[in-house]
Amino acid sequence: MTAIDLARLQFAFTVSFHFLFPAFSIGLASFLAVLEGLWLKTGNGVYANLYRYWLKIFAVVFAMGVVSGIVMSYQFGTNWSVFSDKAGPIIGPLMAYEVLTAFFLEAGFLGVMLFGINKVGHRLHFAATLAVAAGTVISATWIVAVNSWMQTPTGYLINDVGQYVLRDGWFEVIFSPSFPYRLVHTVLAAYLTTAFAVGGVGAWHLLSDSGNPGARKMFSMTMWMAALVVPVQIIAGDAHGLNTLAYQEPKILAMEGHYQSSPQGAPLILFGLPNDQTRHVDYAIEIPKLGSLILKHELNAPLAGLDSIPQNMWPPVAIVFWSFRIMVGIGFAMLGIGMWSLWARYRKRLYQSPWLHRCAVLAGPSGFVAVLAGWATTEVGRQPFTIYGLLRTADSASSLAAPAVATSLLAFIVVYFAVFGAGTYYLLKLMAQPPHPHESLPDDTLHGPTKPAAAKALVESMT
Amino acid sequence: MNAPELTVIWAGIIALAVAIYVMLDGFDLGIGILLPWFAKGEEREIAINSVAPVWDGNETWLVLGGGGLLAAFPLAYAIILPALYAPLIAMLLGLILRGVSFEFRHRDPKHLTLWERSFTLGSFVATISQGIALGALLQGISVTGRSYGGGWWDWLSPFTLLCAVSLVAGYGLLGSCWLIFKTQGELQKRAFALAKPLSGLLLAAIVLVSLATPFLEAKYYARWIGAPGIYIAGVVPLAVAACAFQLWQSLVQRKELAPFLYTLALFALCFIGLAISIWPDVIPGRVSIWQAATDVKSQIFMFYGVAITLPLVLANTALAYWVFRGKATKEGYH
Ligand code: HDD
Ligand code: HEM
Ligand code: HEM
Repeated sequence: MTAIDLARLQFAFTVSFHFLFPAFSIGLASFLAVLEGLWLKTGNGVYANLYRYWLKIFAVVFAMGVVSGIVMSYQFGTNWSVFSDKAGPIIGPLMAYEVLTAFFLEAGFLGVMLFGINKVGHRLHFAATLAVAAGTVISATWIVAVNSWMQTPTGYLINDVGQYVLRDGWFEVIFSPSFPYRLVHTVLAAYLTTAFAVGGVGAWHLLSDSGNPGARKMFSMTMWMAALVVPVQIIAGDAHGLNTLAYQEPKILAMEGHYQSSPQGAPLILFGLPNDQTRHVDYAIEIPKLGSLILKHELNAPLAGLDSIPQNMWPPVAIVFWSFRIMVGIGFAMLGIGMWSLWARYRKRLYQSPWLHRCAVLAGPSGFVAVLAGWATTEVGRQPFTIYGLLRTADSASSLAAPAVATSLLAFIVVYFAVFGAGTYYLLKLMAQPPHPHESLPDDTLHGPTKPAAAKALVESMT
Repeated sequence: MNAPELTVIWAGIIALAVAIYVMLDGFDLGIGILLPWFAKGEEREIAINSVAPVWDGNETWLVLGGGGLLAAFPLAYAIILPALYAPLIAMLLGLILRGVSFEFRHRDPKHLTLWERSFTLGSFVATISQGIALGALLQGISVTGRSYGGGWWDWLSPFTLLCAVSLVAGYGLLGSCWLIFKTQGELQKRAFALAKPLSGLLLAAIVLVSLATPFLEAKYYARWIGAPGIYIAGVVPLAVAACAFQLWQSLVQRKELAPFLYTLALFALCFIGLAISIWPDVIPGRVSIWQAATDVKSQIFMFYGVAITLPLVLANTALAYWVFRGKATKEGYH
């Protein structure tokens, strides 16, 4: 393996880990804000308890998101220094804005949110939760703007030392053509990932005690999300695909597995094995004309194939083809669960449907898989460029020595699996506990149950 | 193309972010380093509780320093980061171990010792790496064209190791003074006992680094030893001596807040000394801030951002510290 391959592997490894935690904390922060808001509004203690239950989980997830994120912000420089030099004037300001408007907001209020429940008033505490939730979404907005500019760069000039610099206005850079689609699809993805994780936990506890009020509440809330938001996500994904067809044709052709041009309407290839050598999808199962219907909204519309594009512009077809199918497959499975829950709700058996609960438990981690598969589609599909059409990946890297990158990659793999493995184990342990009527706070665990004063306040709040 | 005045302002903003980072994260990394000296159980818990609500905010200044460097001086970012490859990766791994330990120790009382060790190890590794990185920047980075031109081990030298030891002493002192301020009883006594030798060690380190620096580069020499630089530069060592004296006095008199403030002042003075050495370069002797500066439109866009958000960030930070004011206890902050 060359130094570049290792650097790519290292980037893919660290960013994949990083994204898993933010996807969960974006969703959880908003979920916590909703829970606290409902508690303040209704005074119903179930919400307060669920808040405490998920707050402990949030604390662990968020810590892992932060430390893995810091790695990302330095890795641009250590491994992709040519890219940093050239793209710095454009993406640097967006990332600086992310720090100033999102990270400081989150970090400043996180302490109050986690440790301040009995220190500050309800209002200030709720404000802190809202600030953290807003911070996570603002953070996603800036970083997705950066990524979208790398996918569909607009509004730049090239200066005399080869850097990309602003042409007219920042609006054009931030709102690059793929940004609105990517942002909506990614934030919805984070919400759905969390909804299915929370729903899976609720379903798990319903299976052993269908009367647990906390488990009932969380299952019901998240199944509403599943029923209502998954269809929106599928529509957003479809719109995103059309945008990709307009701006990154080779990527969409790889996703669809179209090696050959189809002058008379393209089929939709459901499954098969893409083969770069023969330029053909082996063992393809396909539906005639449906590809053209989806991408061009017309049965007989002609569709170009990868054969119309020089091969040194192709992304790795098989990875893009398969990761796309994994994401879409999970999307439709989620849709199925959402519809099933509506049916069960209509029949008033939402809490007494063991098979629905079993499937929901199984679907618990599905969002994480979909999110990684979606990003693999996007990022691998952008190859062989880091800045699409402008800067090749091979020309982006630092002049690295393979042993140095190999060593750091190994170190990351060891530390990430050990540390985040332990973290995941702790998360599962927390989730394995059903929500109790007297949930403790994140820093209580070492010294037993809630302190008398806090317990008293809690009991009062529940009555 | 960049605007010269804005470039100076930006150099100031990045320097400020790094200085704030060193002072704030310095004391929580310091507590990590000193943890083995505190009794297991209650003492360690109070020590960690005293920083648990604020460490994330402290660390965010490091992200601003790195992200700001990319935004304002992309060329410098692109040269310095590969040059410091190994120490930076080690720092990141150290920060991971340190950061997750805050939460993990609550989740797993059975492996409390494991996570306290990883808290200490992570803090220690991050501190050493930062010291080495600082020393490596000072001793010079070789540049070819628009990228780093040296080898993978250039960062390792007696001077960089000296800087690493100095920073361990410095962060340790910050940590112990923070605990003097935030705790009482046995733990505070122990923090007093640690602060004295640490302040001696830090002072010795400052003297050694200051003596070595003028010999690293002809320009440093001219600036520190030759006239007229010595008249300005000479003030800094005098101020350091005065500060060190006051620090010692305050420790002897068992003041609670003063030792922390004098230690911060010592750090600020070292930072000023550093700035005198390398100004107006961002990579000493190789790349000036004007050569590395980003495009003027990027400078202006970010300038508005900083002008509006930095006061809010400072207010937000102040609020976080205010909510958790007073002595830290075993129960966290209830
Ligand atoms: C819960 C997660 C999730 C689910 C259920 C789906 N997606 Fe997705 N998808 C993502 C999470 C995601 C993502 C991780 O958020 C990506 C990666 C980058 C991006 O913008 O969103 C993505 C990317 C992505 C892209 C690539 C965009 C590009 O070219 O860069 C397309 C075309 C779709 N999605 C389409 C769909 C369709 C048609 C779905 C219907 C079933 C679907 N997605 C379900
Ligand atoms: C969080 C979810 C993300 C995931 C899972 C992800 C995944 C990947 C993968 C798999 C690659 C390797 C592609 C290949 O070499 O074949 C990659 C490369 C890269 N991505 Fe992403 N990415 C994510 C987000 C981002 C964001 C938000 C940015 C920009 C701010 C970004 C910038 C890059 C860069 C610079 C590379 C390295 C160059 C390259 O190999 O293409 N990524 N990413
Ligand atoms: C390569 C690209 C990325 C870089 C350089 C990056 C950088 C960072 C950094 C430095 C932090 C820590 C902030 C702190 O100190 O508090 C962080 C946390 C975070 N990042 Fe990323 N990030 C990247 C990709 C993403 C993506 C794709 C998303 C979401 C769409 C995202 C969302 C977040 C969020 C919400 C946090 C807060 C911590 C958490 O929620 O766990 N990041 N990121």
